[in-house]
Amino acid sequence: MSIQVRGLKHVYSPGLPDEQLALDNINFDIYDGETVAVVGHTGSGKSTLVQHLNGLLKPTEGTITVGGVEITAPGTSMLEVRRRVGLVFQYPEYQLFEETVAADVAFGPKNLGLSEDEVNSRVRDAIEIVGLDYDEIKDRSPFELSGGQKRRVAIAGVIAMKPQVLILDEPTAGLDPGAHRDILDMIEEIKEISGNITIFVSHNMADVAALADKVMVMDKGRLLMMGTPREVFAQKDRLKEAGLSVPPVTELMAELKEKGAEVDDTILSLKEAEEEIYRFLTRNR
Amino acid sequence: MIRDITLGQYYAADSPVHRLDSRVKIAGVLLYIADLFIVDDFIGFGLCAAALCLYVVLSQVPVKFIMRGLKPILLILIMTFCLNIFMVDGRILWQWGFLKVTDEGIYTAVFMAVRLILLIIASSLLTLTTKPIELTDGIEKLMSPLAKIGVPAHDIAMTMSIALRFIPMLLEETDKIMKAQQARGADFESGNILRRAKSLIPILVPLFVSSFRIAQDLAMAMEARCYRGGKGRTRMKEMRLKGVDFLAFFLMLAFLAVVISERVVF
Amino acid sequence: MSEIIRIENMSFEYERDEDREPVKAIRDLSLCVEKGSFTAIIGKNGSGKSTLAKNLNGLLLPTGGKVFVKGWDTADDEHIWDVRQTAGMVFQNPDNQLVSSIVEDDVAFGPENLGVDPVEIRQRVDKALSSVNMGEYKNKSPHLLSGGQKQRIAIAGVVAMKPECIIFDEPTAMLDPRGRQEIMDIIEELHDEGIMVILITHFMDEAVRADRIVIVNEGRIFLDGTPGEVFREYDLIKSISLDVPMAVELAQRLRKRGIKIPEDVITSEGLVEYVCQYR
Repeated sequence: MSIQVRGLKHVYSPGLPDEQLALDNINFDIYDGETVAVVGHTGSGKSTLVQHLNGLLKPTEGTITVGGVEITAPGTSMLEVRRRVGLVFQYPEYQLFEETVAADVAFGPKNLGLSEDEVNSRVRDAIEIVGLDYDEIKDRSPFELSGGQKRRVAIAGVIAMKPQVLILDEPTAGLDPGAHRDILDMIEEIKEISGNITIFVSHNMADVAALADKVMVMDKGRLLMMGTPREVFAQKDRLKEAGLSVPPVTELMAELKEKGAEVDDTILSLKEAEEEIYRFLTRNR
Repeated sequence: MIRDITLGQYYAADSPVHRLDSRVKIAGVLLYIADLFIVDDFIGFGLCAAALCLYVVLSQVPVKFIMRGLKPILLILIMTFCLNIFMVDGRILWQWGFLKVTDEGIYTAVFMAVRLILLIIASSLLTLTTKPIELTDGIEKLMSPLAKIGVPAHDIAMTMSIALRFIPMLLEETDKIMKAQQARGADFESGNILRRAKSLIPILVPLFVSSFRIAQDLAMAMEARCYRGGKGRTRMKEMRLKGVDFLAFFLMLAFLAVVISERVVF
Repeated sequence: MSEIIRIENMSFEYERDEDREPVKAIRDLSLCVEKGSFTAIIGKNGSGKSTLAKNLNGLLLPTGGKVFVKGWDTADDEHIWDVRQTAGMVFQNPDNQLVSSIVEDDVAFGPENLGVDPVEIRQRVDKALSSVNMGEYKNKSPHLLSGGQKQRIAIAGVVAMKPECIIFDEPTAMLDPRGRQEIMDIIEELHDEGIMVILITHFMDEAVRADRIVIVNEGRIFLDGTPGEVFREYDLIKSISLDVPMAVELAQRLRKRGIKIPEDVITSEGLVEYVCQYR
């Protein structure tokens, strides 16, 4: 399973006065089992990009191939595309609509035309994968859950479709630190269980550094850079031009270096920073 | 799709028409509608069309922009045209089964279509040249005498201006919810009417929930900013009629007189 | 020093369906906040911090105890508008708090409600918009602006009411990093101009900028003090699944390994300064 994007271009309202080039000649590959973070300033095209990957938006030009199937080819079954590629939108809890949690999670699998038994077993699995207690929660109304729980239910609704590629658009937006950490742990766990491609959009560079194998940097509709977090976050100035920053620890180490402390400034995690500062402070002992 | 709707949209420009007091413009549209219904022949329509052309030129709104506003109501236009052309009795010119076209029918159909087109252009010009807020302020002012007999003029105007603020937002929200449900395999395009109606539930429920949330948040925000109805409220932009407003209103009245005399004479 | 907000043994319960117990959001909480101060109120979702905020200007009324704003009881109908004019409020969702479809008309909404003279409203609106650097957008429609810009308009709308105190209820929760930065800078500027600020947040790096931090948990005050004092309670904060600022976390880890970093190091700048002594 892999994704190839070639010459992708998208224009909003073509021919009208508010015509806008949202994506311009995007090319990239994502390989089996990778976790990819998409970063970019608001309006850089990242949401437009991910909506192309499951066929919600049609490219003005270019092709997208997922697992050997060109999903941009005319006549492709959209249901088939959505079975392969699951997309969790920003604030997905705002799409819950059923009377019970179980019924809401079942919406996707039912649309796929699966048997009732299959739907039920997928619903149970999905609710448990997102860390909720199926028997406790299945008959409750999704509207009376806490914010973090609602979000999990919404994510379960996509996972129950068993997509081979899971895309999450700002999965932790608006959550408090505890719920934020829980969702990140959940994403890693889903990844471990399925081993599939995971793509997530994020503004939080510390999360990107911690989770991603590769980072895609979007700027004004173009793919500015793509590489490992270490490669990308080493380019602080280019990121700054795109209105982005490096993770706070990386920033801290860069400041130390600037002020004359001989430390490694390619650090990405607290643990690495701890070791490096410890090494620096005890170097003469 | 959502971007096509120009009815109720504002076209920013600094023309004499834009600068007119919104009350005068509202009165003008009402008078113009009266003109259109007084007129009973094409000479009258000629006069009305000429007056409208003058108004369009003065307003500096591109004709293309106005025509875009006609698109959504094209269907209604065609339907009334067909109804008139086939349903009105008179000298039969052409017949096929129960469908017949009469001279009277053609006359009425064209007559009504012209009236409808002029009416829609005139009213869309009102919204194109008047900021929504000025429009609601104007309506509030015009209705204020009615407040004495218990009509909640301020509340009506406030409701309208809030609707203006939130309609674009709700349209965007609808778009987002639709896409999200499509991502979960929802299909809004196939099946019979019953199935399609059922497929709207996953859109409508979240939309209602969102609307209630917005309403609740907004009510609280308004209260926090000391909103307590129209009483004791002042306005930053006070509406004062200027000389040019009186002149415009006088011209509109004069035109009404012209239209009436045209009908009496011919 | 005069206090603007005084909370005495306040409690608040949300009513639920008749067959269920009401939810106790705030339990016997007392707090005074002084004129011109900058206080951050922190807590996780459901800790009662937002309920507390809405009780500070009479949007909600305590079910037990009292809240006073400049000596006025918020439950006193006669002074409710004085209370709300004194203590303005900016909410979390930038979309749902703007009333008008034109930026400057929205900013004018508050002063209009207060019955301010039109000429003065005009001056206040222009001044408020320039204080949030949004002067050039005054004739725009809010729905074409970014989240951060909308939130700046909301702040201008409150500033135009000339409040002595502004309560920010998670103003950055829905914004991107650039928007967050803009809003935090504006909050600091307003505080420098003498406005008392209460910032409700769950971002610790924002709270560090305050001169007092109050951590609320399960409807009670959990910790209260200067940032230095509060972040010293590293383990307590972690125990209620809140974060500490990155610099505090890092310093704490290094301390555990025997490096003697002073306890007043709570910001990145502080940590950099400390480490650089040894270069």
